[in-house]
Amino acid sequence: MKKSIVQAKVYKVQQLNATVRSMEVIAPELAAEGVPGQFVNVRAVKGNTTLLRRPLGIADVCVPRGSIILIYRVIGEGTKVLADLKPGDYLDIVGPLGRGFELESAKPLIVGGGLGLAPLLMLAKFGFGNGRADLVIGGRCAEEITCWEGLFRGNVQQTFITSDDGSVGEKGTVMAALEKLLQKDYDCVYTCGPVPMMRAVAAACEKAGKKCQVSLEKYMACGLGACLSCACENAEGKRVKVCQDGPVFWSWEVKEW
Amino acid sequence: MVNLYDGRLAVNLCGVEWATPVTTGSGTFGFGLEFKDFLDLHKVGAITVKGTSLLPNPGNKGQRAVETPAGMLNSIGLENPGSEYFLQNTLPLLQQYDTPVIVNIYGHSVEEYAAVAKKLDVDGVDMVEINISCPNVKEGGLVFGTDPVAAAQVVRAVKEATSKPVITKLSPNVTDIVGMALAVEDAGTDAISMINTLVGTKIDIETQKPVLGNVVGGLSGPCIRPVAVRMVYQVAQRVHVPIIGMGGIMNWQDAIEFILAGASGVAVGTANFVQPDIAERIAEGMLAYMDRKGIKNISEIVGAAWKD
Ligand SMILES: Cc1cc2nc3c(=O)[nH]c(=O)nc-3n(C[C@H](O)[C@H](O)[C@H](O)COP(=O)(O)OP(=O)(O)OC[C@H]3O[C@@H](n4cnc5c(N)ncnc54)[C@H](O)[C@@H]3O)c2cc1C
Ligand SMILES: Cc1cc2nc3c(=O)[nH]c(=O)nc-3n(C[C@H](O)[C@H](O)[C@H](O)COP(=O)(O)O)c2cc1C
Repeated sequence: MKKSIVQAKVYKVQQLNATVRSMEVIAPELAAEGVPGQFVNVRAVKGNTTLLRRPLGIADVCVPRGSIILIYRVIGEGTKVLADLKPGDYLDIVGPLGRGFELESAKPLIVGGGLGLAPLLMLAKFGFGNGRADLVIGGRCAEEITCWEGLFRGNVQQTFITSDDGSVGEKGTVMAALEKLLQKDYDCVYTCGPVPMMRAVAAACEKAGKKCQVSLEKYMACGLGACLSCACENAEGKRVKVCQDGPVFWSWEVKEW
Repeated sequence: MVNLYDGRLAVNLCGVEWATPVTTGSGTFGFGLEFKDFLDLHKVGAITVKGTSLLPNPGNKGQRAVETPAGMLNSIGLENPGSEYFLQNTLPLLQQYDTPVIVNIYGHSVEEYAAVAKKLDVDGVDMVEINISCPNVKEGGLVFGTDPVAAAQVVRAVKEATSKPVITKLSPNVTDIVGMALAVEDAGTDAISMINTLVGTKIDIETQKPVLGNVVGGLSGPCIRPVAVRMVYQVAQRVHVPIIGMGGIMNWQDAIEFILAGASGVAVGTANFVQPDIAERIAEGMLAYMDRKGIKNISEIVGAAWKD
């Protein structure tokens, strides 16, 4: 997987809900090389104060158009700059980066919350061929969840929804749905989202004897394995870099969440 | 490779030929190979690798980097796999390239500095850079780089332990940078690199706690450039050994500024994170500038800002 620096032309932008946006950019190198679970590092810089690139998961790929899709929450300076970009503008992207999901699974279950659903979308769509996986979506409320349900439609078999306020699906966290699902014949669970959610999913999988892959987020500067900002110790006592050896790990490998 | 760009960017630093005056800041370019998809490592003047100690070091806990206005703080804590790992696994890969390799070393006592210098006195290592911004454990943790006597001791011990040219990397966290430079020159260093990071802290106003697990970190990036340029400008007028200038170089214009201040070579650090091909691009930008100014060889303008 060769990495490159791409000046990607913005093709389409969309507001998905109050704070989440998507952006499709033309980047044939990234569309051809990227695999589910990998990320890119974008230069969302305006003026002189912001400096570092911002890591974002690859949420989808359109091979005929040679494009990739990024889905992000507008939270700070960098993502505000991204939100201002319009079709025809250019975005400087480095990628594809990191190690993606391992795909050997006869019956996969995907469990996502919040922006963790972004890389899982590409996994659902391309990871297992013709959308074989089942999906659990967790979120605060219907407003947050509805757009994701739409994005995954046609790319998964069954979808189970949980919401903190009960406004859609089962009331509670993803764990409300997961307890029962883990008794079925899924052989691997793929999860990405807030750390407390991933820890709970990983623990439940371990108890149920299911394999589980998690996608971690750690503050990183280069995304290339050079600066060691995101280096940490794994369960075997080995030093690993989230940007290079991850962001996807087997749950049993993770020691510092 | 010295013939790259017709030799117009070639510099000879302490007997080592660099094809361009541009090297990489230690700790910002990994071991070089991480960047091979983005640039031709043959077009980098020299590859300076991550700070290496005698034994492996896991570095600091907690969050280890954070962006700050026009810069970043890092508290990696000099994580590295140790000198043995470097010799066995990394150096052989770097030897595929003709580019000179500079190994940045550190220790927590004078003896430890000498031991790692000795261990790395092997073929394939072209120069040694001493990071003196480390606490001297035997002397109550006072940083070597802030004490001219301790810094000179380290330089002498490393000079004795290695046959390679020795570069001493100065810390900017001192009141008298010229005094430090004269002390390490007097102790026999072959070159000086400057500057290392400035000490800083960032506090998260929501959690009301420091962002970095280590509380303090090293500030780098464009925000430190004026400090670095000033220090090079002052030191270059007083020492006779060559200087490798660094601190916030983001593009060729910044690199030229350091050369005008008196640096014979420059290093790009934090900029590698932002623009992974920057080391090669800076060389190309310098050439265009030289064409425009009628400069045949880059060495003509070293220190031009203060020379008559
Ligand atoms: C591998 C990886 C994949 C990611 N994928 C996505 C995604 O698909 N969609 C999405 O919305 N977000 C994703 N993120 C998080 C995203 O990087 C941050 O939300 C973004 O950098 C915020 O930038 P900002 O300038 O808007 O906010 P800032 O104000 O700069 O930061 C807000 C918060 O974002 C986090 N953050 C900022 N910079 C970084 C950085 N360099 N590395 C890690 N975290 C950072 C910090 O926790 C910070 O407190 C991912 C992070 C990682 C590490
Ligand atoms: C993440 C990071 C790690 C660093 N590690 C080292 C190191 O191991 N040894 C060293 O001498 N300097 C280290 N430095 C300092 C740089 O080599 C350089 O002196 C400094 O960052 C200033 O240059 P810049 O502003 O271009 O980054 C590190 C800097 C950063 C940002």
